[in-house]
Amino acid sequence: MEIKREPIARNVNTDDLRVRQLRARDMLQGDLDGEDLDQYVQERVLTTTVDKAVAWAQGNSIYPLTFGLACCAIEMITVVAARADIARFGWEALRASPRQADLIILSGRVSIKMAPVIRRLYDQMLEPKWAISMGACCSSMGVFNNYALVPADKFMPISVHVPGCPPRPEALLHGILRLRDKIQGNAPEGWRERYEAVGTEELLPSSPAGSADINIFSRTTPARPGLARPDAERAGGRSGDTAGA
Amino acid sequence: MSSLTEDFRRREESITLSSEPAGQGETHELLTLNIGPHHPATHGVLRLLATLEGEIVRDVKPIIGYVHTGIEKTAEDKSYWKVIPVVERMDYVSYYFNAMAFCGAVETLLGVEVPPRAQYLRVIHLELNRIMSHLVWLGTSALDIGAISMLWYCFREKEAILDLFEMSSGQRMHTRYFQVGGVIEDIPRGFEAKLRAFLKEMPRRADQYAALLERNEIVLERLRGTGIVDQETMLKLGVTGPLLRATGNPWDLRKAQPYSSYDHFDFRIPVGTVGDNYDRYRVRHAEFYESVKIIEQAIDGLPEGPFITPDRKVSLPPRHELATSMEALIHHFKLVTEGFRVPPGEAYYPVEGPRGELGCFVRADGSAKPARVHMSDPSFVNLQAFHYMVKDGYIADLIASLAMLDPILGGIDR
Amino acid sequence: MPSGPVAGAGTPPVPDATELELTAQELRDLDPESILDTSFHRGRATLIAEPTRIKTVIEHLFGKGYASIASLHGVDYYPDEPRLGVLYELLDMKRVDRISVKARVHTEAPVIPSIVDLYPGANFPEREVFDMFGVRFEGHPDMRRILMPEDYEGFPQRRDFPTGGEPVLFTYNEEQTYGKWQ
Repeated sequence: MEIKREPIARNVNTDDLRVRQLRARDMLQGDLDGEDLDQYVQERVLTTTVDKAVAWAQGNSIYPLTFGLACCAIEMITVVAARADIARFGWEALRASPRQADLIILSGRVSIKMAPVIRRLYDQMLEPKWAISMGACCSSMGVFNNYALVPADKFMPISVHVPGCPPRPEALLHGILRLRDKIQGNAPEGWRERYEAVGTEELLPSSPAGSADINIFSRTTPARPGLARPDAERAGGRSGDTAGA
Repeated sequence: MSSLTEDFRRREESITLSSEPAGQGETHELLTLNIGPHHPATHGVLRLLATLEGEIVRDVKPIIGYVHTGIEKTAEDKSYWKVIPVVERMDYVSYYFNAMAFCGAVETLLGVEVPPRAQYLRVIHLELNRIMSHLVWLGTSALDIGAISMLWYCFREKEAILDLFEMSSGQRMHTRYFQVGGVIEDIPRGFEAKLRAFLKEMPRRADQYAALLERNEIVLERLRGTGIVDQETMLKLGVTGPLLRATGNPWDLRKAQPYSSYDHFDFRIPVGTVGDNYDRYRVRHAEFYESVKIIEQAIDGLPEGPFITPDRKVSLPPRHELATSMEALIHHFKLVTEGFRVPPGEAYYPVEGPRGELGCFVRADGSAKPARVHMSDPSFVNLQAFHYMVKDGYIADLIASLAMLDPILGGIDR
Repeated sequence: MPSGPVAGAGTPPVPDATELELTAQELRDLDPESILDTSFHRGRATLIAEPTRIKTVIEHLFGKGYASIASLHGVDYYPDEPRLGVLYELLDMKRVDRISVKARVHTEAPVIPSIVDLYPGANFPEREVFDMFGVRFEGHPDMRRILMPEDYEGFPQRRDFPTGGEPVLFTYNEEQTYGKWQ
């Protein structure tokens, strides 16, 4: 049997290693600064892009807005309480002011009187912002499909829908973790990818022109005529948005 | 050093704070402040237009309707047993009471007798729900006043109660447990043991809550002497429940017009003296102990028998009968597809909810769907007393009074 | 005079049929046109009153001791005319008694006197009846919609108002919304 011997590092010699060791010691002692420091940081500390790190941090420290409408609010408070605890994900800092919050959890039924208020709150939130529609009533009209309610998707974009009436705290946590995965970039495969349902057609509510828009789900065509292509830059761009997972 | 402190003290004393009492004749400009509908302290989406003079509230106008769901209209489209889950979602913390009022009204119209075991089971679940509702109230109200840790303690007990609900019916909230004629299912085999363990714990925990809050100077300052409304005003407004009992009137439907075997149990009605926020807090806190007593007596004396009326025109037959009896199959089919028909008539059935008198009015016109369902909710009536509670008080007392009023917007807006 | 818990768990004590008739007779003596009919069904006593005389009826009952109003609500009796009914559930706490008064008005002239000066607690319920059925209460200090938005047209709980409903929508392009998506 032949034993091959190879040097440990291919393109540095041991003198370089010694230099690097000294520089590391200097950095830890705070003696490196200026260009040396920049170069050091670039070489060693960041092995990933800043965006991904920021997304990781954002996903782990979301400030939800204290927003409870009806029965689902009781289960949302239960999620904040001790047994099912969102503080273990770092989300316990519920904020009362929309200016300080990232996430609005619509918990409960949205009536027509309340819809403009919610839209205003959502507009007051600063980007990046997400929305979870908790419960059946705001996701899909729920038990009451009548004159008084509005589905939340009609007036604001929702990131995650959590079904249930009211959803158990564990179900809400599942939705929250799903959102966190999506934010951090590890989105689990949606059903379309899992079942390779490319080319499915979805009828959208008709556009004002009177023709029904058809959303053909595929990676290369835009979602709706007029909307920018998913992987194109948008004017006034939201930097960091990449094509859907 | 001492000259510095002397200096400082002298300067402090020389400041005259403009602390003129705001009397009636004061001409300060009135400020209209909009509180809500999104506000951390409004217990739901209640909007208050407060007119302030300095920090004193001169007028408050509640604006409601932000969670109006058209429950009563939806209920007219559904058969009677399908109305129960719709109506349960009205006052969303005390869901068993909504179901009880509706089932009671329909049972009155139909003339069915509820078997005694079902009545006792209903009482157990109703009183558990009362404890749960008061726990939610205590947790969120203490949060409003500033005692934030109470929320976690109260919700710990609430989880125990929701576990019991999940054991008996499979759901934590909005359980559809009460049906017309009784309850949907008998209690399972570990329920009694778990219930007794909870009942042993609960009075000790209630003592702990009292020990945490009642000797706290800030809580006493905020609740004692604020929001006083006298008994005549409350009676004229039609207010019932702990708000009325805090003023000294012992009106409680469980004692005055007992329903569902409440007259078999021995319990007392806690009553306040002055009618301020502290009395309201104490009345609700004392109701913890009384509800525990009722549940203990109910589970000790739980009679044997059917858990739903044996009248097969109203209640579903047990599943094992479907394999052998043709009639049972036909009844099952009719009940599930069309539902039972109720002879024409009108009924008003009041129950004592955690916030007051919850009454359900049902008008039947002979078909399988109700022609009108109206729930007369206690929070709706109690909200009219809010104006009297906060008039000429500070705005901080407005928050405390709102917490002690215990409004549930689902019931107010329906 | 019935008092206290009555046998038959669940039925609220009410004046029995004879006492109901006596009350109706007293009212007819006061004002001959005030009571149209009486009804006693399943333990519930109802006086059917003429809408224009409702104040006399309620004042008399208030004097008799029914000092509390438990519920004030509307019912739509479509297709029976007169269509819109207003029900008053009165409660006497001292004798533990309940009585109901019903007044029916037509849709063409849906006006009825308000009882807010007698029972201040009728303020919000009367506004709700106006909002849901369109019955105007004369003498009410603040007659406007309470549950629906101020500019809503139509009276939702009338029987010929459609239940309504919205088609279900879902956001399909959540990755293009305001959040950051990797």
